[in-house]
Amino acid sequence: MILALQSYWGSHGCVILQPYDLEVGAGTFHPATTLRSLGPDHWNACYVQPSRRPSDGRYGENPNRLQHYYQFQVILKPSPPDLIGLYLGSLDAIGIDRAKHDIRFVEDDWESPTLGAWGLGWEVWCDGMEVSQFTYFQQVAGHDCAPVAGELTYGLERLAMYIQGVESIYDLAYNDAGVSYGDVFLKNEQQFSAYNFEAANTERLFQHFKDVSEECRALAARGLPLPAYDQAIKASHIFNLLNARGVISVAERQAYIGRVRDLVKAVADVWVSQSAPLPLAGGAGGGPDGAHLGDPPPTPPARGRGDA
Amino acid sequence: MKFLLELGSEEIPARMQAAAAEQLKTRFVDAMKAAGLAHGAVTADATPRRLWLIADDVAAASEGSAEEVKGPAATAPAQAIEGFLKKTGLAREQLEERETPKGIVLFAVLRREGRTAADILAEAIPQIVTGFAWPKSMRWGAPSQSTASPRWVRPLTGIVALLDGEVVPCSVHGLTSGRETRGHRVHAPEPISITSAASYADQLRAAHVLVSSAERQQIIATRAAELAGEAGLALIPDQGLVAENAGLTEWPVPLLGRFDPDFLSVPREVIVLTMRTNQKYFALSDAAGALAPAFICVANLEATDGGAAIVNGNQRVLSARLSDARFFWEQDLATVRTGGLEAFLPKLNDIVFHEKLGTLADKVERVAALARWLCESGAVPADPALAEKAARLAKADLVSATVGEFPEVQGLIGRYLALAIGEDAAVADAIRDHYKPAGQGDDVPTAPVSVAVALSDKLDTLTGFFRENMPPTGSKDPFALRRQALGVLSILQAAIIRLPLRSLIGEGAIGDQLMDFFADRLKVQQREAGVRHDLIDAVFALGGEDDLVRLLARVKALQAFVETEDGTNLLAGYKRAANILKAAEKDPPPAPPASGRGEGSEAALADALDSALPQAKAAVADERFTDAMAALAALRSPVDGFFEGVMVNDSDPAIRARRLALLARFRDAVHGVADFSRIEG
Repeated sequence: MILALQSYWGSHGCVILQPYDLEVGAGTFHPATTLRSLGPDHWNACYVQPSRRPSDGRYGENPNRLQHYYQFQVILKPSPPDLIGLYLGSLDAIGIDRAKHDIRFVEDDWESPTLGAWGLGWEVWCDGMEVSQFTYFQQVAGHDCAPVAGELTYGLERLAMYIQGVESIYDLAYNDAGVSYGDVFLKNEQQFSAYNFEAANTERLFQHFKDVSEECRALAARGLPLPAYDQAIKASHIFNLLNARGVISVAERQAYIGRVRDLVKAVADVWVSQSAPLPLAGGAGGGPDGAHLGDPPPTPPARGRGDA
Repeated sequence: MKFLLELGSEEIPARMQAAAAEQLKTRFVDAMKAAGLAHGAVTADATPRRLWLIADDVAAASEGSAEEVKGPAATAPAQAIEGFLKKTGLAREQLEERETPKGIVLFAVLRREGRTAADILAEAIPQIVTGFAWPKSMRWGAPSQSTASPRWVRPLTGIVALLDGEVVPCSVHGLTSGRETRGHRVHAPEPISITSAASYADQLRAAHVLVSSAERQQIIATRAAELAGEAGLALIPDQGLVAENAGLTEWPVPLLGRFDPDFLSVPREVIVLTMRTNQKYFALSDAAGALAPAFICVANLEATDGGAAIVNGNQRVLSARLSDARFFWEQDLATVRTGGLEAFLPKLNDIVFHEKLGTLADKVERVAALARWLCESGAVPADPALAEKAARLAKADLVSATVGEFPEVQGLIGRYLALAIGEDAAVADAIRDHYKPAGQGDDVPTAPVSVAVALSDKLDTLTGFFRENMPPTGSKDPFALRRQALGVLSILQAAIIRLPLRSLIGEGAIGDQLMDFFADRLKVQQREAGVRHDLIDAVFALGGEDDLVRLLARVKALQAFVETEDGTNLLAGYKRAANILKAAEKDPPPAPPASGRGEGSEAALADALDSALPQAKAAVADERFTDAMAALAALRSPVDGFFEGVMVNDSDPAIRARRLALLARFRDAVHGVADFSRIEG
């Protein structure tokens, strides 16, 4: 499936990238999306991104929720004409028969308070199941997108469940030799749920949050937005962990989101101000996992972008 | 001629379609009016992928017009005439000379030629599109390099503009008008060339697109009911859902699916909410009215397998959602089974109710104390301990896992959880009902424990926000205080709760402000019931009345009275007496009142007052307001007689003083019932 998507989008002009090597809440956080969605240069890319949402862990007991899963991300800037048509072509490419399956575009506007970003678009339904997020970015890190990028995010586990017709993520066949998703990931889910909810040392995490925040600002001040952005991603993930541990009160939550947003903004401002020969612009930060604003559905894991 | 305009777009959010069609129509009609182009009926509608409009009987051209401009006199200096020619753009010989009383004056007649409909439309379409206001709009594609690039709700994909079958050439947002549009994405993927406005709907129908939203709605409603019937079930009607599904489909095909009956252990409201909000499914009930383990979804496709795969897919999605809902529900059940609903309470410390009014836990404390007091004081006939407990638990479910996922079921979940662990049913009901009434037409709680908690919760909110000087202003009422006040009034009336409201909300300026707020809400509420606001003022003006049940009883009796002939005449007599007394204040009689009762009608009025005054007073004290009015009614004819037969301003100041005193007694008697000076008419 990943191969089919890569080959489809590759043939439509996307560079095929690899996952970013930091813990992120969604494929959007990969600098190939966040950084590249700002600035005037054309940019088409696709990649798989493992995504971590500590609060979504269910100790491996829920057939639809994971704290770690995979997204397939496509970013096209500027958004090409008939992007919907292109997207539907990708569903054909992975074997979804549109004469038999009901594909629907349901309003779902995306907003990320941590990224200072928003866009308009849809969640894409296949027979009532959200299989993708489809967004036209309007603003990232407080900067207007010019031009606007189209972003597509596929929930890979969910699509795979659909295509394989299984009821539980853990029953997905990982290969033809009898290895299941559960064989590969069940222990991870159990142990990381315990870590996220119980074992993570919150005192140390608070300290880490402070450290990476300071590092982020220092690096941004030195005109190094890319490394600074890494620190912002880390701050976001640490916040997500603290949130899962339940040590951030409702009142504090907004304040923490604001702090991450400020980091991202600081990074983005530096990027936008730099006129690099290879224009990388904009910055991004992490977000609290799962907080797809205003819509916290009890959805299976591989839902679209989902970030906050 | 018939005109067709179709604005193609990527999928328009369902909730925006109807208003957008309406706006398209308004903008078109306005543009035609401005251009002077006559037309007949205009229809506008939408599908997810297009906004369209058809205007009948469009005139071939606008009427020409002529405007006359008066110029200088024919004998005016050349400079003046030159200026006029410049202003009008005409030559001297084109001006008309007319005889006027002031001599010969030059007139310019400016003629505007009529313009063809095609010209007018070609100009109007771009204006309509660029001026369109969406609730949210976006930029897209290569032109978005500029932040001033076109905006639309989603990318605009094409414009069909046909007048009498001919393309009206225009261009807007980088698109050029034509006759090409798109049919159903799967059933008719090739472009379609529209012949004319007349064939538009049929050509698209052939391409599996029903352009009429009413027709799509009708198909959904009818077919869904049929499917339910075939399964021996009944559709739970939901017009909002019908409209939403019609906004998500161009070719709606309802299908019936089922779910595992085991999920029915989850509260019904949660299941229905999941189906409705998350999946846009219709819920079904069985013959006994219980929720059936089945649903109807609406596909946008005539699937090659008859919909089997679609139903199967939707069933799996719903099953996943319901198992998630059940996960939360069972987690909450486990919580209350070990620690009761109280187990949730510590978390309320983390939720800020309002930064100036503390946390939800603080609020719960206040509400619990007030609920207990309401019962102890006898205002609400409920067990104080029970009311206090209900108040303490009323907000517990806000931190439950289920309400965290489904905020709309707040209160309902608390009730289910309370019942599951054997809490008193009155407590459980109060948890659910204390938010009520949520608006006009919503149920008003009358069960005593529910009343105690519902009143306390609302009064706490109202007094808190008024105390912190955050009353509603103008159209801004961010904390819904008007609704809360109306809720208090509705509960007091429905449950017949006698409450000294004033002593509850406090004395001083803030108390005054809040009482006025209640009085205003009462007038608004009672206006619909046909109760006159001036009569409410007349009773409020007496002061000291803060029992709204009693106040309203008095107002109603008063209204019945002033609408009778006796009432009207008594009011007239009252006003006359009040005027005389007011005038006399400036010119008080220099002598003490003469002794005696006078004679004739003066004595008769004195006698009538002697008898009516104690009667009215006693009746008011006993809250027999109709009797109080009857006592006043008995004064009507003596008052009329008095004004007919007696001159108040007698030349003898002592007699004048006596008569004025009599009128003052009459006025005071009336004021014992209501301040008649506030009554209009």
